[in-house]
Amino acid sequence: MSAGFNAISAMLKARSGLIVGPDKLYLLETRLAAMMRREGARDLDALADKLRPGNALEHEVVEAMTTNESLFFRDTKPFDALRLRILPRLHATRPAGAPLRIWSAAASTGQEAYSIAMIAAEMGAALGSRRIEIVGTDIAREPLQRAREGLYSQFEIQRGLPMQLLVKYFSKEEAQWRIKPALRAAVTFREWNLLADLRALGQFDVVFCRNVLIYFDAPTKTRVLEAMARQIAADGVLFLGGAETALGLTHAFHTAAGETAAYTPAAALARVA
Amino acid sequence: MSTLTCLVVDDSRVVRIVARRMLEHRGFSVVEAEDGEKALAVCRAQMPDAVLLDWNMPIMNGIEFLQHLRAEFGPDKPPVVFCTTENDMSYVEQAIAAGAQEFIMKPFDEEILAGKFAQVGLL
Repeated sequence: MSAGFNAISAMLKARSGLIVGPDKLYLLETRLAAMMRREGARDLDALADKLRPGNALEHEVVEAMTTNESLFFRDTKPFDALRLRILPRLHATRPAGAPLRIWSAAASTGQEAYSIAMIAAEMGAALGSRRIEIVGTDIAREPLQRAREGLYSQFEIQRGLPMQLLVKYFSKEEAQWRIKPALRAAVTFREWNLLADLRALGQFDVVFCRNVLIYFDAPTKTRVLEAMARQIAADGVLFLGGAETALGLTHAFHTAAGETAAYTPAAALARVA
Repeated sequence: MSTLTCLVVDDSRVVRIVARRMLEHRGFSVVEAEDGEKALAVCRAQMPDAVLLDWNMPIMNGIEFLQHLRAEFGPDKPPVVFCTTENDMSYVEQAIAAGAQEFIMKPFDEEILAGKFAQVGLL
């Protein structure tokens, strides 16, 4: 591998935890192609020469490599679990007036966070006057800006979103579809690196961190999982992606009985929080 | 499990061919009709398991077909998925009111089609 590839790969790991091995050279070249053309960099070596710690270009490379596809109600199981079991249980066991807090930990363009918001809105009376706070975070600024705008293409609103929810929670703006203000207001988006200190985000009852860990090496996965365990209530739930697991990486989580790709914090770590 | 049959109703032969390919790829057997009236005749002869339905067609359009279908055969079977260039909210609302289960806005690809069919329990 070229020195440029190695330098960019090392920078990505340090800044975001993302592992880009030599087998992912094509991914690096594809995702950075437009930037390289714009910068007049004929190869990765030339691009790497222009990167400086913390400069805008370095940030842009991180964004380009960490921005991943997002769709509404991706994999239906966690959303069914949230609606049918987890939110009803948490609502029944928490004191009146205490909000339930849900974190979409790799929010990207916001579809997951808004899917959660739609579920909470649809549950309506079943949650009484319980406040549901939804926080979406991502390391990349540009997709978060799109998430805040809540504006989606026709292609995006056709993937996973039932038409009844489209009619109820979106309005059409020319060729695009915008989440209505009430639902937009239900979600707060914040730029946040999962490798950074998570404590300022506060305690959550449910965390969606799906298809993120797959990009990390094992020590980074462990570090992120253990940091997350400290931010999840003892009776809370963490959802990972279908191809991910916390098992074998940390003792901070147990599998959540009866659920798929869902974990509850182990008591010892939860107490530390 | 036996093969499910999907009736593709569209006045465009090209769209019917494209939809047929996608549906057959997903294990459906496909029958075709080029307008709502012919589609009703197909349903009366042998009810399909699903209908993929265009909106604008000669003789009888998609919404009229759906209204006839629901009036004659009951409110929710077979599942009907609209597949149309109409993409204003009012059309989606009309489709829901008439008893459609889902709504695809053209242009579409196999992922969108399969996703919508999965949403209504057909995949």
